[in-house]
Amino acid sequence: MSILVDETKKVIVQGITGREGMARTKLMQRYGTRVVAGCTPGKGGQEVLGVPVYDTIREAIEQSEGIDVSVIFVPAPLVKHAAMESIAAGIKLLVIVPDRVPIYDVLEIAATARDKGARFVGPNTLGLLSPGKAVFGMMGGSAASAKDWFLPGRVGVSSRSGGITSSIAYYLSRAGVGLSTIVHAGGDAIVGMDHPAIMEEFEADPETDAVVMFGEIGSSQEERVADLIETGKFTKPLVAYIGGKGAQSGTRFSHAGAIIEGGRGTHEGKVKRLREVGATVVDNFGDIPDAMKSLVRPMETAKIRIDK
Amino acid sequence: MARLHEYQGKQLLREAGLDTPKGRVVHSPDEVDEVVRETGLPVVVKAQAWTTSRAKQGAIAFADTAEEAREHVKRMLAMKIAGFDITDVLVEEKVDIAREFYAGVIIDDAKKTPLVIFSSIGGSGIEEIAQRNPKNVSRTPVDIRFGLPLYDARDAVRLTGVSGKLQGELGKVLVRLYSVARKWEARSAEINPLVLKGDGTLVACDSRITVDDYAVFRHPELNIEIAREFGRPPTELDRIAWAVEKDDYRGTFYFIEMARGYNRGEGYLGFHGAGGGGSMMSMDALVKRGYKIANFTDTSGNPPASKVYRAAKIILSQPNIDGYFGSGSGVASQEQFHSARGLVKAFWEENLSIPAVIRLGGNQEDRAVHILTEYTKDLPVPVEGYKKDDTADFCAERMHALIEDNKGRSGKREMPVPAAPEFDAKDPYTFDTPTGTIVYDHALCRDCKTKICIETCVPQILREENDVVVLNISRDEAKAGKCTECLACEVECRVGGNAGGRVILPVPGLDEYRQTAASNQE
Ligand code: SF4
Ligand code: SF4
Repeated sequence: MSILVDETKKVIVQGITGREGMARTKLMQRYGTRVVAGCTPGKGGQEVLGVPVYDTIREAIEQSEGIDVSVIFVPAPLVKHAAMESIAAGIKLLVIVPDRVPIYDVLEIAATARDKGARFVGPNTLGLLSPGKAVFGMMGGSAASAKDWFLPGRVGVSSRSGGITSSIAYYLSRAGVGLSTIVHAGGDAIVGMDHPAIMEEFEADPETDAVVMFGEIGSSQEERVADLIETGKFTKPLVAYIGGKGAQSGTRFSHAGAIIEGGRGTHEGKVKRLREVGATVVDNFGDIPDAMKSLVRPMETAKIRIDK
Repeated sequence: MARLHEYQGKQLLREAGLDTPKGRVVHSPDEVDEVVRETGLPVVVKAQAWTTSRAKQGAIAFADTAEEAREHVKRMLAMKIAGFDITDVLVEEKVDIAREFYAGVIIDDAKKTPLVIFSSIGGSGIEEIAQRNPKNVSRTPVDIRFGLPLYDARDAVRLTGVSGKLQGELGKVLVRLYSVARKWEARSAEINPLVLKGDGTLVACDSRITVDDYAVFRHPELNIEIAREFGRPPTELDRIAWAVEKDDYRGTFYFIEMARGYNRGEGYLGFHGAGGGGSMMSMDALVKRGYKIANFTDTSGNPPASKVYRAAKIILSQPNIDGYFGSGSGVASQEQFHSARGLVKAFWEENLSIPAVIRLGGNQEDRAVHILTEYTKDLPVPVEGYKKDDTADFCAERMHALIEDNKGRSGKREMPVPAAPEFDAKDPYTFDTPTGTIVYDHALCRDCKTKICIETCVPQILREENDVVVLNISRDEAKAGKCTECLACEVECRVGGNAGGRVILPVPGLDEYRQTAASNQE
């Protein structure tokens, strides 16, 4: 099993006729994702890479006999509308890839999703991938790289940085630690499924034995993961690395999420809090694979290469 | 800047029906008399700067006479706060304070809602107040779709122990403050202190409003010059970089100067990252190794080679950096040879004399590292390239080793002015690209045996005709984006062709900047 993503889920791509939408649809198809429909208002009736395009989400759902997931590739100012349409139509999981989505738009999406029992990953996410099964989004850049870099196994990855998500997953795979699901939670200050939400998913997944988390300065996500551990809601071994030690307070790097506001979300605070509750926090990024190996029995799973 | 000055924030509060002290912003002492005629005396004089401790730094002062106020204005306009010149000074009536409160709106990342914070104690920072007097602080989440109803606002005030008519008045202030935050899409909006005057009215005596960078495009009337949070006004180099980013939506380019006024040999490095998390981790590796970050730069999201080139030129316009360090996550999804070509062109033009270590791990990394290192072999200093199996820590170690080796070199670095050398083509063939111009010197192309530009041009838009290279599409198509500015027709041409191709990519303001930097160095 894996969390949230697998090869049985039926996926619609919003913005499939755009440059990004098209390129990433190809990636998803080649990796094994079941892309059943696309949606671009005004372009219904076309086909993109063999996928039928519809004008509205409801139409797509009718024609496809149900859709589980929407992966969104529309320009940032249009994301709110696209996400609301999917949520209103009853889709329960959204992957919002674009960055620069205004915060108040994300808050509106979050409020509506909460009412409708829907969840979303992102914005500003590479998406999620379960090695050998499926990818929602654009993780790996191309299907060939994704197959080559990420190997299946029983460790989960959750990260707030896209590039780092790939690199943790790659380094773990190379070290023989296979992966159940890799999730890029998204780089923005406000994201749908954040670290704590993802940890709860991993906790419930019988095929995930342990988790690696890449945290960053700013926001309260890592502190809330510590709360979950403390209250017994997350019990699996956790290896964490917190980026941004060198960052100055108040400086916002390109990650909107990585801002320290008023002393909250500092590097020291996060590290201390996670260590208090027994998580393994490594100081060097390169130590993640070894730290993980010392926590779980060395796994042989990663040796199975995926056919390219 | 997405952070508004106090006086700008107060303007937005006034538009929403809140009271602020009478007054105006001035730019010279001569304007003070007029303001004082409107406000009366005494007044408070406040330098407009994004810092929390203005009072301690002498950036807030009281004046009983116009004469005194003029003196303060004059003094403040000569001040630098955190290295930046004060250009605006607010002169306001001095308010008689009966009581102080705090009112704020922030975004709660856990609940994913706006959060209204109210405290019946004001003045100092809200964190401090909350720590010392938790009972006096209330937090009220707002349903973004319905806004803040007055009953919730009154209850927020009630929770801090305020009752009676004042409770209702404070509630109204919260409703209005929330409407300001919502309208202008503020990441945070604070009134501190919110003052109850002797006559029973409430005035916002200070305001701090930060607008969401991603929403700035919806609010042109705010005249925000750079939609990015610096915590200070932009520097000249920040502005030059922003002009590049603003007009080019392919990929992301982010540049901020993080240090100024340092010298060669003090361990400041030009930093060129790719992707937020990877950049941060890479900077951490440098900081751990004892280096300091002169600038933060991020080119990511599949930027064209031209953008990476311009980023490198701007980074290299900092005369006193000791090295150039490039590193992202190490496992990038984008095809990395584009970045390599951009860097190579920049390094050639600079005749790079500070060592460079670049981690280019990710898709097409072998090709990228080959381009980066082989093509720069003739430069006076080593340029090293690394891949996804090399850690950021290891690269920081290499950076250190190269800087140590380079220590014997002269202290001053020559920065070419103009930043990009002229290209004198005998038989020019030119066309425009989305952000620049391409020139082929057909006199050189004629003797070129390989015509390597044709096969290495990524979008394949070139062809051979009468022994020279020409566009295989219309000039308009090339300019509209068919030419992806992959830089093959300069970089690959110079190495494998006859050096007849040149891509001219102007960076407005950079030559002037370098000129000044060079003369300051004398
Ligand atoms: S490789 Fe250079 S010299 Fe040769 S044809 Fe192309 S542009 Fe001209
Ligand atoms: S003409 Fe071709 S090779 Fe030259 S910059 Fe444009 S895309 Fe690249």
